[in-house]
Amino acid sequence: MTGPVLLDVREMAVAFGGVKAVDGLSFAVHEGEVLSVIGPNGAGKTSAFNCITGFYKPTSGRVTFAGADITGKRPALIAASGIARTFQNLRLFGDLTVLDNVRAGMHVRIRQNVFDAMLHTPRYWRSEDAATQEAHRWLDFVGARYDRAAQIRNLPYGEQRRVEIARALAREPKMLLLDEPAAGLNHGEKEQLLALLRRIAGLGTAVVLIEHDMGLVMEVSERIVVLSYGKEIADGTPAEVRANPAVIEAYLGAEDAEAHHEAERIAAQADPVLADSASIQDASATDDSAAAPAGREGQP
Amino acid sequence: MTENSRPDEGGSAYVDAVEKRAPANVAFAGTGVGTPKPRRNGLGEALSAVLGSKWLAAAIALLAIALPYLNSGTYVIRIATDALIFVMLAVGLNVVVGYCGLLDLGYAAFFAIGAYTAGVLATKGGWPILATVPVVVLAAVAAGLIIGGPTLRLRSDYLAIVTLGFGEIIRITANNLDFTGGPNGLYGIPDFGDFGYRTDIAIYWVTAVVVCLAVLFSSRIGRGRLGRAWRFVREDEDAAEAMGIHTYKVKFAAYIGGAIFGGLAGVLFAVHQTAISPPSFNFLWSALILMAVVLGGMGSTPGVVVGALVISLLPELLRGAQNWRFLIFGVLLIVVMIFRPQGLLPARIGEPRRRGRTAAPADAAREGSTA
Amino acid sequence: MDYYLQLVINGLFLGSFYGLVALGYSMVYGIIKLLNFAHGDIYMLGAFVGYTMLTVGAGALGGGTLVSLLIVMLLAMVLTGTVGLVLERVAYRPLRGAPRLSVLITAVGASFALEYGVAVGYGPNPRAYPVGVGGGSLSIFGARITVAQLAMMAIAMVLMVGLDALVRKTRSGRAMRAISQDPRACLLMGVNVDQVISRTFFIGSALAGAAGVMAGAYYGKIDFLMGFIIGLKAFTAAVIGGIGNLRGAVLGAIVLGLLESFGVAYLGSQWRDVFAFGFLILFLTVRPTGLLGERVTERV
Repeated sequence: MTGPVLLDVREMAVAFGGVKAVDGLSFAVHEGEVLSVIGPNGAGKTSAFNCITGFYKPTSGRVTFAGADITGKRPALIAASGIARTFQNLRLFGDLTVLDNVRAGMHVRIRQNVFDAMLHTPRYWRSEDAATQEAHRWLDFVGARYDRAAQIRNLPYGEQRRVEIARALAREPKMLLLDEPAAGLNHGEKEQLLALLRRIAGLGTAVVLIEHDMGLVMEVSERIVVLSYGKEIADGTPAEVRANPAVIEAYLGAEDAEAHHEAERIAAQADPVLADSASIQDASATDDSAAAPAGREGQP
Repeated sequence: MTENSRPDEGGSAYVDAVEKRAPANVAFAGTGVGTPKPRRNGLGEALSAVLGSKWLAAAIALLAIALPYLNSGTYVIRIATDALIFVMLAVGLNVVVGYCGLLDLGYAAFFAIGAYTAGVLATKGGWPILATVPVVVLAAVAAGLIIGGPTLRLRSDYLAIVTLGFGEIIRITANNLDFTGGPNGLYGIPDFGDFGYRTDIAIYWVTAVVVCLAVLFSSRIGRGRLGRAWRFVREDEDAAEAMGIHTYKVKFAAYIGGAIFGGLAGVLFAVHQTAISPPSFNFLWSALILMAVVLGGMGSTPGVVVGALVISLLPELLRGAQNWRFLIFGVLLIVVMIFRPQGLLPARIGEPRRRGRTAAPADAAREGSTA
Repeated sequence: MDYYLQLVINGLFLGSFYGLVALGYSMVYGIIKLLNFAHGDIYMLGAFVGYTMLTVGAGALGGGTLVSLLIVMLLAMVLTGTVGLVLERVAYRPLRGAPRLSVLITAVGASFALEYGVAVGYGPNPRAYPVGVGGGSLSIFGARITVAQLAMMAIAMVLMVGLDALVRKTRSGRAMRAISQDPRACLLMGVNVDQVISRTFFIGSALAGAAGVMAGAYYGKIDFLMGFIIGLKAFTAAVIGGIGNLRGAVLGAIVLGLLESFGVAYLGSQWRDVFAFGFLILFLTVRPTGLLGERVTERV
């Protein structure tokens, strides 16, 4: 499941004017791993993604992917090395069809040149057919169920999200970066997303997730990196991160016993197993510990 | 929209196929595993605009070639040649503006470069016109690279004005240099050769064949991989980059493609007019070509052809009111952008029809999901 | 020495014309990020409006004195300002939110409509301004500068300084600057964005109209295409100074005027425009932010 290091981020920093969006961030992603990047708003998560994928040029630090240095390279070149991403605000090609959007993902792999297109050579027909069939396969994989010849802008939000993931998967990437894939989804759709994430992990693709939905994060992640003010403050398994006082402080802002236990309670609800952990049995917590057993029956 | 069975519920052959990266010999979402559904009744499809326009286009092409047999008056042939050249210019600009979304306001520059290259080589160097064509193509490509280099990195508003600037630079340079004939231009440009027909009809036929091929090829390239890349860049450059598409190179391809069309149209123009001079390549021309593309339908080959025919032939129907015409065109441009930005004959959205070949699953999936 | 000084004076004089037009261009760009392609034609309109007033009201205005010219100029400014207002309302406001390409094309249409509207109304032939600005000339260190030139430069300076004061000191000026930073925040703050935009168009167009009247009076000849080249020069000036920056527009205009003056002296007047555009391209390639301004390249 976890193999050698695939993405290595070292002391990465980027600043806009005086604002340090990312400030000395370091973490690594292993092959086939499912990693979540969490943190309060403004912690620099999307900025980090943008730096890694080349949309921002880091002002310092290094990013290595599959052994090659990709720091500050052009997004197209970084993408070509095996990284695919989705965007926080869903950047699909609105006027184009669902199938065309997925074809964008596999674009660089389609073997067809201008003369093939002009003269409708056998290679043209073959490459077009192959592309269409593969596009359909990826759409099936993500569970796309609407008319695939329709303009993507006309379809419901949940479907658009699915198609965006299909488009990224069509790149056959070694690593997939998903920026808040659960944003705006209802409970049922989140369940489907969880199943999809597991399927993607099953393909052997490394998945890095920016997400705010803690339930989802705890369910699907093998490792979590927590960002605050542009730097990582915790990096470990979900259990380790949940118990980390620095993380709690970053989210809640202060040493606050009640708030601390509220956080524990929420965490316990997310993963019933943890309700038994020692950190809950704090003597000063009276009311809140009553909530912990209830959490055991709760759903993820 | 109909809901189809979800492939992620229950055991799924599609998921298996993908996970094993094996070729999926199964039908797709909504039709269940197994044999694809039979095709829907073909009559409805046969009458659809898609199929219709392909045959219509062929019919029009035939009509264009047969024109001299129907009416060989010099006036008619002259007008028809003008119109066809304008169609080629519009189709070329359509590649740049329509497919790739780059607002080029100086497209006449390529037209000028083609015409002058052929003209100078023919009149000053004694070259036969056909021999100048490869040089014209090279000159057009070079111009595309030189002009595109600085401009294609700019935001769209700046791109527009800088291309306009280049258009002016080319025109003024042609006006100022002696070897391009100065303000009087070049004259005495020879024709393609003696084919035994009346000269202007021979020129007309060469033009008609070249333009028909240009329309066909630009449409096909637009439907192919590069055309898709152009559309991705037009829709959302960042997303396109994230897909591994090198947007700068793709924009260059559009620009050079447009340049080649423009240059070749320039050769046709030079031969047709036998004399060329700087006023034929001013901003008014660039703007008219743009109008043809916008009014006809950006990114739509049939639309652009119709737009070009309207803009080039209308003056002949409304002679003498030239300034009124341009005033109306200007107002029309505003009105169209506000109320019908997709133009008269908008580009078709949707999957292209397959010619009854294998790929049945694709159609079946589409039909299945809209059943 | 006096030869160079003459070139400098000519350049400054040219620059003051370009400056008035470039200011309007930069103002509108700063506030709605639109290059108003029709702006040069507003300048042309100003010239024609002045022409009409002078021919029709010759008697009433008491002949060709500087005062009558000033009155005509002010009236023309009001009229062209109004045309600018109407243009914004009719052609640009309906397209707020539309893709940039659409707005640009509309602007081209507006430019055409203005040009050929005037051609239809006044005929395509150039018209002679009924008032020449005579007066003597002064000699400064051996270089000649006419009273007319001085007067016009003075008027231009007054207008430009007035605009600078307006933008820096008044509420509406502040509103303009705020909107150019973040229109949505302004809406939320209760700023009447539409009104401020209208006002911007009015002021910018009025300045261009003033320049048009002065050009007509100085050069004596006007035609319906005179705005085309001026528009491009004004854009060049704005770019050199840094588009969106008002002081930059003035600086750029002066620089451009000087460049042209010297360029014409060495290359000949038929290369003047090529020289100017060459500089435009040079600046956009080498220093796209201009001398004082913002980025113009696509992010990636």
